[in-house]
Amino acid sequence: MKMTAVTDGRKNSGISKKNRVDVCVQKQQGGFYLDIAFAAEQAGVTALFGPSGAGKTSVVNMVAGLSRPDRGRITIGDRCCFDGEKGIHLPPEKRRIGYVFQEARLFPHLTVGANLTFGMNRLKPTDRFVGFDPVVSLLGIASLLKRRPARLSGGEKQRVAIGRALLCSPQLLLMDEPLASLDQARKEELLPYIRTLSTRFRIPILYVSHQMDEIAYVADYMVRLENGSVTIHSPVSRNNMPCPGMPGTCHPRTGDRIPGSRDTGRFP
Amino acid sequence: MEGWHLTTMEWEALGLSLKVSFLAVAVSLPAGIGAAWVLSRYRFPGKGLVDGLIHLPLVLPPVVTGYLLLVLLGRKGIIGGFLYNTFGITLAFTWKGAAVAAAVMAFPLLVRAVRLSADAVDPGLEDAARTLGAGRMRVFFTITLPLMVPGIITGTILAFARSLGEFGATITFVSNIRGETQTLPLALYSLTQVPDGEAGALRLCIISVALAMSALLLSEWMARRFDTLMKG
Repeated sequence: MKMTAVTDGRKNSGISKKNRVDVCVQKQQGGFYLDIAFAAEQAGVTALFGPSGAGKTSVVNMVAGLSRPDRGRITIGDRCCFDGEKGIHLPPEKRRIGYVFQEARLFPHLTVGANLTFGMNRLKPTDRFVGFDPVVSLLGIASLLKRRPARLSGGEKQRVAIGRALLCSPQLLLMDEPLASLDQARKEELLPYIRTLSTRFRIPILYVSHQMDEIAYVADYMVRLENGSVTIHSPVSRNNMPCPGMPGTCHPRTGDRIPGSRDTGRFP
Repeated sequence: MEGWHLTTMEWEALGLSLKVSFLAVAVSLPAGIGAAWVLSRYRFPGKGLVDGLIHLPLVLPPVVTGYLLLVLLGRKGIIGGFLYNTFGITLAFTWKGAAVAAAVMAFPLLVRAVRLSADAVDPGLEDAARTLGAGRMRVFFTITLPLMVPGIITGTILAFARSLGEFGATITFVSNIRGETQTLPLALYSLTQVPDGEAGALRLCIISVALAMSALLLSEWMARRFDTLMKG
């Protein structure tokens, strides 16, 4: 895969027009060799799809900076996060990548509000382009702000985790099977939110799942992994795709606020 | 029995014991948290040896520990000589030395309790905090450390109680000097060695029980507060 580093001269604006994500990594993990290359387009949902053990989570962890590839290159927009040859390996806290884990991983000692602002507070106000109020109202978590994670349901936890990742105004949002630990009803509650995130906040999303119905519903592109390498890289046609399990009845709840919206939720 | 009033000697012993124990805990707490965290999170050559050294005072006879301290920290010892010649600090036969003896004896209990809670902190939470823009130090102070609080409370109380009760290492290292190194257990022991000491010994015994009980109740209460906080 050809690696293109896109430059657009708006390094610190937060909203890179070209938020193209290029990943090309190799890593030996025990007896398992991972050799992955794919690109994800700006402001779309790219699904990483594949059976368990295909290396999906390993890829996402390398993109996030939580593990280091042996070789390769990871660029987001015009920023190089990893380059094996040049010896560049940005630590996770410098990458500006939001990560929604399978288990919500909320900080149990902090209230929902403090969890949400944990990443946001680390950010210079000029780098923030995702506003607190739009996220809270989009995810419907305004009434939970004073609670602690122990008193949230699974679906609520995951919504807070999504909000927390969004609020660090990331240039890429990673979602590693965010619905896997939830029952069908909670999944259907969350899927519409995920589908609207990318367009609403213009953040490219890398969405890991082994559920084809989820991917058909949320993704624009699909990268299929098998045994540590990419087997399919194609757009997903999702026109008139019904929500899994509830044919034709489920629409993004906040859909009325989304189409054609130019509001990126930037702080006033 | 001459009533419930403490004699000067008993007051001195009580005050000294509290002073020594507070200093011992204050000094060993940051080091203990650091050691527990390193032992819980990192693998390095010689880790077993470090772990063993920390736990040694728990299994050695206290008198042996005290003697080792005297050899190392006495004015002519390797470390003690250096401390005396460069800073003019004398540890042997002073109350500061008693604090050192108490700290060394309490350290393994502290580390064990804190390490249990460090092991219980999900590294996934630390990863999550890092992806949210927090560097290693900030992750430690905002995520790891607060989540280790239950173990830190238990460890502190255990260490404090152990320091209050320290006898063997103290008497060997700093002797039994009234007003300087005669802590509560040493005073109690001394009182049992003199003809009219029973009343005083009993009073000190009651004080010891009261102190230990208060420490236990305090740690229970603090642990419950923490639990409620996390569930709120």
